[in-house]
Amino acid sequence: MLTFAVRRLLLLIPILLGLSILVFLFVRALPGGPETALLGERSTPERIAQVRAAYGLDRPVHEQYLSYMGKVVKLDFGTSIQTQRPVSEEIARRFKATLELTGAAILFAVLVGIPLGFVAGRRPQSWIDNLSTVGSLLGIAIPVFVLGYLLKYVFAIKLGWFETTGRQNVAISTEHPTGFFVLDGIITGDLPAAWDAFKHLVLPAIALGTIPLAIITRITRAAVQEVSNEDFVRTAEAKGMTKSVVTRRHILRNAMLPVVTIIGLQTGLLLSGAILTETVFAFGGLGSFMASSVFTRDFPVIQGGILFIAVVFVLVNLLVDISYGLFDPRVRNA
Amino acid sequence: MTRVQEQVDAIPGRGQGAAPLLEVRDLRVTFKSRGRRPVKAVDGVSLDVAPGATVGIVGESGSGKSVTSLAALGLLGKRGVEISGSVKFDGDDLLNMPEDELRAVRGKEIAMVFQDPMSSLNPVLTIGRQITEILERHRGLKGQDARDQAAELLLSVGIGDAVRRLKSFPHQLSGGMRQRVMIAMALACQPRLLIADEPTTALDVTISAQILELLRSLVVDSQTALVLITHDLGVVAGLCDQVHVMYSGRIVESAPRRALFANPQHPYTTGLLASVPRLDQPRGVPLLPIPGSPSDTLPWVDGCAFAPRCTRRVPESVGCPPALLPLEGSEPSHLVRCVNPVPEDHT
Ligand SMILES: Nc1ncnc2c1ncn2[C@@H]1O[C@H](COP(=O)(O)OP(=O)(O)OP(=O)(O)O)[C@@H](O)[C@H]1O
Ligand SMILES: [Mg+2]
Repeated sequence: MLTFAVRRLLLLIPILLGLSILVFLFVRALPGGPETALLGERSTPERIAQVRAAYGLDRPVHEQYLSYMGKVVKLDFGTSIQTQRPVSEEIARRFKATLELTGAAILFAVLVGIPLGFVAGRRPQSWIDNLSTVGSLLGIAIPVFVLGYLLKYVFAIKLGWFETTGRQNVAISTEHPTGFFVLDGIITGDLPAAWDAFKHLVLPAIALGTIPLAIITRITRAAVQEVSNEDFVRTAEAKGMTKSVVTRRHILRNAMLPVVTIIGLQTGLLLSGAILTETVFAFGGLGSFMASSVFTRDFPVIQGGILFIAVVFVLVNLLVDISYGLFDPRVRNA
Repeated sequence: MTRVQEQVDAIPGRGQGAAPLLEVRDLRVTFKSRGRRPVKAVDGVSLDVAPGATVGIVGESGSGKSVTSLAALGLLGKRGVEISGSVKFDGDDLLNMPEDELRAVRGKEIAMVFQDPMSSLNPVLTIGRQITEILERHRGLKGQDARDQAAELLLSVGIGDAVRRLKSFPHQLSGGMRQRVMIAMALACQPRLLIADEPTTALDVTISAQILELLRSLVVDSQTALVLITHDLGVVAGLCDQVHVMYSGRIVESAPRRALFANPQHPYTTGLLASVPRLDQPRGVPLLPIPGSPSDTLPWVDGCAFAPRCTRRVPESVGCPPALLPLEGSEPSHLVRCVNPVPEDHT
């Protein structure tokens, strides 16, 4: 298991090398550069040259790359051109927002999807099964930003139950020891702040969690149906185990194997792909930050952000594979 | 032939001792699924199993052996299955028993061992857990007590190093070991009846002999009643006092072991006997398979279902299905469902 993890992590090196070269070339192939965003379209050639020199953009590309990578190995990703603060700091802060949002979305998807998929799988063709099938298809088909605006319109604007944008009411000033706002409120004992953060979190989490919810429901349903027909379930029945033991210990535990994998993969996807949701709800996460960095040609942020997301993706996948071993003894001793 | 039609089947296995432990009457199982023709898997099976008796049910694949036992224990589910008749265990009707009560009988009073020990064990639970859970359920043993008892059970089925083995997962054991674990689980609560459904089919010959020996020493010798389901008459020969031969959902012959082997009366039984490999047979003599397959048989309503494959077919075979009755002059415990039975000195 350890050698497996180490081998996976070593694989990160070629991935990051290749990716860094690609990103480096890609951002420089974009029309315009940070100077356009900073100075506007009409600026003097002298000013432009000045700015480009300040960011080292006047040097040959391979020189730029080598000096960049020289700093990256020391975990120095440079300074954001937009905000003039260290890229690592900017990414860390916004990644916490993304992590909070993804965590809430996956929690929502798991808490609703697994029970729903389970009931549907145990009673195929029942009304609840049919409902979950239609719901899942809808959930996958509806574009995230449409769903986001819809939720916002109904539950925030019309009904006023939840908040429309941001992570917390600006009037609330509270400490952020972890950077996860709901948690921060609870830790510091500022429950109104936690409640406010929660009201900001609910709608984007639902919007973001809908596709994982649909997928988790479908996978759970299929797995439960398949496992229910396995011989060992019949054995458990023949042993006279109670219905709840047969269900939990024998059916669910085996049916969870594929579900765990899908939860992990979906988490990885959400961490890097919450751009639309974050934008609709102005949630201030990494995805929307990266998107705006592309518009402002904030090269250091784009480069650092993509390398960071790649690392996260590989780590999440590694965790998925390791957790599979925890759940399935056949994988563990293989 | 009208007389045969009017006659009612005699009850196989009846009349050994006082009250039977298991009493199956006219059990019928039909599978119905949307868009397909209903499948009659069991078509009026009756039989008695006396306390401590050892009974074999023999027949080709698809003859309804497994479905009979699963239906009796309520293990077929409810969707798309129609079950009629009655199954009484110690006087209690299993088919109409409330679910909770039936679950309390299963595993405690009646245990089962299945064919494929790999797929019949839960792959993500240790075998220790799979044994202790039944001890917890029916004997109220918990924690270390349950584990000690489980280790003892493993030892009793011939698995050494039991304490360590409890922590193994099914995939870490050999096929024979897994079947021993299944038997340990089945015997955990000292049931009064054990149903073993092809317990050795998935195992190779030497291992299969060991498992049968284990069944003999733990079940037969301890007065636990045994219903052994198999398609191998050789297996039955070693273990069972009473044998029922099934064909196409019905019992076609039923007799004490000795009588069945010495004097098989149904042409299907003689066919089965002829296809059993025997050690005393000269090499190179091909085994005699029964020609045809059960799938192209007639349903019993049109006469004998075996008739299309039968070498002793007579015009009377087609028309009305024969009843299961003793032949004139033969023992009353030897029943056969045939209009043209095999004469005594045939084999
Ligand atoms: N769930 C089911 N749905 C539909 N048909 C079924 C089902 N289970 C069994 N059958 C049918 O019932 C018949 C009897 O099956 P059964 O499993 O009892 O045979 P068997 O005598 O145990 O054979 P084998 O030696 O293969 O185990 C077969 O024709 C089978 O196709
Ligand atoms: Mg079978």
